[in-house]
Amino acid sequence: MILLDRVTKTYNRRGSALERISLHVEPKEFVIIVGPSGAGKSTLFKLLTREEKPTSGKIIVGGMDYETLKDKDIPLLRRKIGVVFQDFKLLLNKNVAENIAFALEIAGISNAEIKHTVPRVIDLVNLKGKENNYPLELSGGERQRVAIARAIVRQPKILIADEPTGNLDPKHAWDVIRVLEKVNKYGTTVLLTTHNQDIVNTLKRRVVTINDGRIVSDRAVGQYKAS
Amino acid sequence: MSRFISTERIFKNGAVGFLRNIWLAIAAIAMMAITLTILLFAVVANSTFRHTIADITSHIDVSVYLKDDVTSPQLNQLTGQLKGLPDVKSVSYVSKDQALKNYQQQNINNTDLLSAISETGNVLPASLTLKPTNPNNMQGIKTFLEKPEIQSLQSYPTSYSGDRKSAIDKITSATHFFEQAGVIGIVVFIIISMLIIFNTIRMAIFNRRDELVIMRLLGASPWYIRGPFIVETMIYGIIAAGISVGLCSALFAVASTTLQASSLGLLDINYANNFFTGHLLVISLAQVGIGILIGAASSALATKRYLKLNK
Repeated sequence: MILLDRVTKTYNRRGSALERISLHVEPKEFVIIVGPSGAGKSTLFKLLTREEKPTSGKIIVGGMDYETLKDKDIPLLRRKIGVVFQDFKLLLNKNVAENIAFALEIAGISNAEIKHTVPRVIDLVNLKGKENNYPLELSGGERQRVAIARAIVRQPKILIADEPTGNLDPKHAWDVIRVLEKVNKYGTTVLLTTHNQDIVNTLKRRVVTINDGRIVSDRAVGQYKAS
Repeated sequence: MSRFISTERIFKNGAVGFLRNIWLAIAAIAMMAITLTILLFAVVANSTFRHTIADITSHIDVSVYLKDDVTSPQLNQLTGQLKGLPDVKSVSYVSKDQALKNYQQQNINNTDLLSAISETGNVLPASLTLKPTNPNNMQGIKTFLEKPEIQSLQSYPTSYSGDRKSAIDKITSATHFFEQAGVIGIVVFIIISMLIIFNTIRMAIFNRRDELVIMRLLGASPWYIRGPFIVETMIYGIIAAGISVGLCSALFAVASTTLQASSLGLLDINYANNFFTGHLLVISLAQVGIGILIGAASSALATKRYLKLNK
């Protein structure tokens, strides 16, 4: 589903953010990427969403080879990948249902289909009854679940969650993780970065550790000890 | 289907953006309305000037006054020769009697003059009136009339409507000046309008940058992001055109009633008003078209410059 082959990303002055990273993620896998701040996790995600181009190496996601990807195909690529951010990136002037519908509107989905799909996804992320609330009326955990709903509403094959629990207290963090597990159970490949030792160790999933731009360990059932 | 839905949403989002941005938009719309109004006035004024010049030019003629003893064969020969000149469009003969009648007609209210005329008998000469093909070039006619054998048939020096000619020259050069000044003025105003719209859209992009980033990350196509801004400024154009046409209609309505359709020197208000009302549909469509064009072009530039669409 995701294949990185000796990917290097060099920013002009700071040296390499990623150094010859190779990673293979199977469909329906749930992979946790850990590592200290500045290790290169965010760069990795930016490469996957094609916000950045690798300096060298090969990236293939969902059958799309980034090397041959044209600019006009980037929107199509991004519609195939669901993305969740630490800071939610919700539209504050739209309510919960509208924020989720937004992702479908962009993709040119009909209003009838939007009306049909949005309530189901709201249900999936346990936000029933909050459809008409605006982001600022919600808790951090609820906001992040809106963001997840928006990311999965187009039924992407891959969901990338960049520190989705970073701003949340433990209870809300777990609410978000449970939703991600649910999404994974329905068949979506999930890539999650986190700093939260408790979450990593409890989930018992594949853990990839990045440090100084390199993969230092990759374990099927990994453990993590935050330094 | 999805393309149709997207186009519909681009227009809808453009309208929503316009409403959200209305306070910024007002300045841009006002400026564009001024530009379009100036453009409209320039077009109407230009047409009116041309009309005035054509009107005066059509009255330019050359009068050849004949001696009383010119015989009918001589007259026919002269008329024939004149008609043969390439510079002469038409020749008409005014007899002594006709000349007197015309004179009496022109001075019908001046009884002193009329009684004086009737006492002295008819002193007015018969004449030939020539219409030149080109009022700006009468050299050929002049050369012919100044030949000694032709001079000998004439009682008075030829009248060339000379003062009229120089007046027309002045009007023509003034018109050329106004045309040039108008074109420069319009270009300057269009540039100012475009800069203001450009800036308005730049600020709108800045205000909505979070939303635009999210749109990009969710996979919105460049046109889905850019389109609404262009639609928004097209709305500016339509509103500005409406204001401009409305303003001019009101002005012409007021002007033609208060000035009683009188001729104000060069600017024949009546003609201008008729031109405006007669071409209202074309003018309105052109105004809307130009407004849309100015708006779309400026926001196309602004969005190209400030939206990082390919990242």
